[in-house]
Amino acid sequence: MEPSDHLFRHEAGRMVAALTRVFGLHNLELAEDVVQDAFCRALEVWKLRGIPENPSAWLTTTAKRRAIDVLRRERTARTFAPEYGRLLQTEWTLANAVQEVFDWTDVRDDRLRMMFSCCCVDQPEAAQVMLVLSLVGGFGVREIAAAFVSSLTAVEKRLNRAKHTLKDSGPLFDIADADDFAARLPSVQRALYLIFSEGYHGASAQAAVRADLCYEAIRLTRLLANHRLAATPSTHALLALMYLDAARLPSRLDASGNLTSLFDQDRSRWNGRMIEEGREWLERSATGQQMSRYHVEAAIADVHSRAPNVDETDWCAIVALYDTLMTIDPSPIVALNRAIAIAQRDGPAKGLAAIEAIGEPKRLDAYPFYHAARGELELRRGDPVAARAHFEAAMSLARNSEERRFYSRRVRQSCVTLSGVGG
Amino acid sequence: MAEFLYLYRGGQRGWTPEESQQIMQRWMNWFKELGASGNLKDGGQPLEPEGKIVRDKSGPVTDGPYAEAKDLVGGYTLIEAPSLDRAAELAKGCPILERQGLVEVRPIMKLDM
Repeated sequence: MEPSDHLFRHEAGRMVAALTRVFGLHNLELAEDVVQDAFCRALEVWKLRGIPENPSAWLTTTAKRRAIDVLRRERTARTFAPEYGRLLQTEWTLANAVQEVFDWTDVRDDRLRMMFSCCCVDQPEAAQVMLVLSLVGGFGVREIAAAFVSSLTAVEKRLNRAKHTLKDSGPLFDIADADDFAARLPSVQRALYLIFSEGYHGASAQAAVRADLCYEAIRLTRLLANHRLAATPSTHALLALMYLDAARLPSRLDASGNLTSLFDQDRSRWNGRMIEEGREWLERSATGQQMSRYHVEAAIADVHSRAPNVDETDWCAIVALYDTLMTIDPSPIVALNRAIAIAQRDGPAKGLAAIEAIGEPKRLDAYPFYHAARGELELRRGDPVAARAHFEAAMSLARNSEERRFYSRRVRQSCVTLSGVGG
Repeated sequence: MAEFLYLYRGGQRGWTPEESQQIMQRWMNWFKELGASGNLKDGGQPLEPEGKIVRDKSGPVTDGPYAEAKDLVGGYTLIEAPSLDRAAELAKGCPILERQGLVEVRPIMKLDM
């Protein structure tokens, strides 16, 4: 992950956040327009003249000039951020105020302010995720639509609605208020976790799109980890979990581009540097009274990262961790993963029994992995007929061609086993 | 070797940051190729979209150019190539073609008297 690979996107998030501070959250679109304009100019000039030595400074200067123009032109027609109100009235203080918001030291706080503003309880979680991606991550509507396998107009509509709610939510979130900060932090962590999960387990067929989401979630979580109030044990655990899981991204597709389950992955392709980093964060997270779900999920990822192969994985530890997770944050999906771990520890029959015992199995019906897991265990138990039915169910729920191909291979495998058994 | 001017006309705007970055990358690659083959004389300059039209001495100066956005010249580049055909061939690598724009290739008049 080269930071310069996404220079434009990262700068966009930085500049929108900085400008919103002086324009006020209610003028969000104005801030976005100024940034869009600066990017247009950059593109026109740079494509012929080459990228300047310090592209961030170039973009900032361009946006600054444009912002001063806008403030000058609109100061009678609009109100801007109240705390800047008086500064914007005279020419000299106006330029200074704009200069000040772009001061490098404040930028990290700007993005946090924006991130916390996006993750307000008035917004549904999906809207929070889109806002963070759009405003802090610099993702365009087209990129968000690709990430969530959604139509352009659907994303545009949701995003516009979310931005309206955001604009009406008052001033930017005050990150200096420690109580408010602590109260909002879990929502922010949750949104970043969802961005990561969408990348890791998501529906998009494009591996690159998904890796982008994972890396973006890591980048934004690092912002939290670097802030005094946000650097809590659960933030560190969240970051650990992201690094440890993302380390496996390179092996999720095999040489022919086929989806590969954790059980069949070429573990030599796991990213050792990211595993190291994940472990460091995990170590740092091991303080305080509270064990979050991120702690447990990171610990599970860590157990996998230490095992040379599936058989030598410490499944007892993993089952115990899933037991803990069920007490912290129970869900049918956690229960399913626990059942899979039990199958590894005690054999497929025990695993299937654990699946049968899951409460609310209806909530898993639309989840392809549920059927696939049952198929795997039936196959291992020696019931290829049942296995085939489950894999067919999984195939009908596949969200993209890679998943479909993956399940159809399993259906074929069941048939082969079946004819083998039948003689 | 003769000199040619590439005039870039049209091309869509309004890219997301990520798309801008990709477009940027394509232009850099294309210029790198032109540079490596010795065809790039001067990268040139972009032009502002607005301007003025002066038609006669006494009449009013009007805003312009009036061309539609798709015809508007957005910038130019100076190229060296053995022939007009070759210069046109080289222009086929221009990323503006993927964005509904076009390259106008014009020979610069030779002054060898």
